[in-house]
Amino acid sequence: MNTSLAEALSAGLLLLVLVCAVVRPFGWPEAVVAVPAAGVAIGTGAISLAHAREEAAQLGPVIGFLAAVLVLAQMCDDEGLFQACGAWMARSAAGRPRRLLVQVFVLASVITAVLSLDATVVLLTPVVFATAARLGARPKPHVYACTHLSNTASLLLPVSNLTNLLAFAASGLGFTRFAALMALPWLVAIGVEYAVFRRFFAGDLDAGADAPPDAAAPRMPLFALVTVGCTLAGFVLASAVGLDPAWAAFAGALVLAVRALARRRTTPVAVLRSASVPFLAFVLALGIVVRAVVDNGLADALGRLVPGGSGLGALLGVAVLAAVLANVINNLPAVLVLLPLTAPSGAGAVLAVLLGVNIGPNLTYAGSLATLLWRRIVREHRAEVGLGEFTRLGLLTVPASLVLSVVALWGSLQIVGG
Amino acid sequence: MAVVVWITEGTWRACVDAARRHTPSDTPVVLLHVSGADVPGAAHGAFAGLLGRGHPRGHRPAEGWGSDPGTRVEELADAAARQLLDAAADRLGRPCSRVERTGRIEREVVAAADGADLLVLARDGDRSGLGPRSLAPATRFAVDHAPCPVLLVWPEPAPGTATLPPPPEPGRPQPPHPPHADPHPPHADPPHPPHPGPG
Repeated sequence: MNTSLAEALSAGLLLLVLVCAVVRPFGWPEAVVAVPAAGVAIGTGAISLAHAREEAAQLGPVIGFLAAVLVLAQMCDDEGLFQACGAWMARSAAGRPRRLLVQVFVLASVITAVLSLDATVVLLTPVVFATAARLGARPKPHVYACTHLSNTASLLLPVSNLTNLLAFAASGLGFTRFAALMALPWLVAIGVEYAVFRRFFAGDLDAGADAPPDAAAPRMPLFALVTVGCTLAGFVLASAVGLDPAWAAFAGALVLAVRALARRRTTPVAVLRSASVPFLAFVLALGIVVRAVVDNGLADALGRLVPGGSGLGALLGVAVLAAVLANVINNLPAVLVLLPLTAPSGAGAVLAVLLGVNIGPNLTYAGSLATLLWRRIVREHRAEVGLGEFTRLGLLTVPASLVLSVVALWGSLQIVGG
Repeated sequence: MAVVVWITEGTWRACVDAARRHTPSDTPVVLLHVSGADVPGAAHGAFAGLLGRGHPRGHRPAEGWGSDPGTRVEELADAAARQLLDAAADRLGRPCSRVERTGRIEREVVAAADGADLLVLARDGDRSGLGPRSLAPATRFAVDHAPCPVLLVWPEPAPGTATLPPPPEPGRPQPPHPPHADPHPPHADPPHPPHPGPG
């Protein structure tokens, strides 16, 4: 097959995969379309078997790492960690919505960083809504904070976001070095969000919270907390001795899963379900299709757009390009496309891509323009959603946090060294 | 005659008290709560942004991996609205009806007040001083567009007249009234289907 035909075919396949991932026809998991699409790309020779195998070998450990973190988060939920967080917030924020907002910011940032953004979106957001309702406070600032922080606060650790795991594998950084470089941008991005939220939602926060305070002291699931703490220490330790930190995540997930199985609180099927096998297959298939698009010509086309070097200007350019791409397609395909193009420029450029794809999605309501447009057409929910306010909030937070966190990254690179 | 009392988190007690104080005890009262569709919408959107995480739902409850947290938030919002209306009915201590609506808050309030004889609502903006800022955008919209008389109450004792801005100097024109923030300016507002009226 000649290159232009292969490029057209692989671009078409990528488009099909993305459209189906957004629309989810017949409620199918996204992998139902993505895996055959990857098969077609390999079968027609749009990507050589050797390249597909190489991509799979690169993605394999990332996917294993991801599965372990997903299981860890679900097991923490089963142990009651998220419920305990809600009870703790309700108790200590009684009557003070601003205090609740601070707590939501701290909790959502920590949970996103340690247990991944999936945990914040899927597990923490409903708990935060319930907590606000329990306090008699207006839920909007707190729920919006969860959705924003699931993106913004996912900068800190390789495990915080699938995009980070992909970049971590491509950057050649150790776990500790990655965290050291991203700590300052993480804090800056969260700080900007907090400052904007306090002003933007001043009215809702002023309205007060008038439900009678909760008397019962929350029961903290100590075992889960200690396991997560040990897993974090394990990441650092494994990285120091040159072991893949995925083993630490695996060990943490195993400890909680074995305990839950022994106490008959869960079943092997439920554990397997929390590893989200269709999602893992989707990531692998998407990686292969994107690789085909990149190999057949996108690399040359985008290569001219991607600034080289690791100066502040180049980092800003890379981050803005990544943010735009994340909003047009989605952060996952965006990071797959940009990693091979920026990896030669060094770890600084790779981390700048992450700033773009992790902060950028807050600009559009659903994390990508494609998703946004399709959701408006499909309208699967009971009421039309007013997008104006969410978009205005995105416009206030994203450019400021993106630019300031790139400056912070540049500073970290000067101090810690790329 | 019917009185619609808009119940919102944080300020509803003052509205219920005002309805009790300012209307005859045999007046039919409608307690109205509106849940914004945007809060579950943000959760739906965040989940949609997690590309690849969708599972077939089947008959599993709307919790855990692969389930849209927006659905769970919708359920929680319904339960919270019911609880709030129950608490308001208790405080009112008179027979009343309860109405829950979902959608764009300010438009739903205006639609619900259509045909009413009085709409009771509370100031819920910056309440540190007298003035237009004491109305949050949704409340401002409801006050400006209400198709009936309005009773606008302070959730707590009103700030003194000392909080008024200084009067204009003689000979200088009065400064223009600060424009209110429309929660949905025309360009951001897609065509909205006409709301079905009562009956």
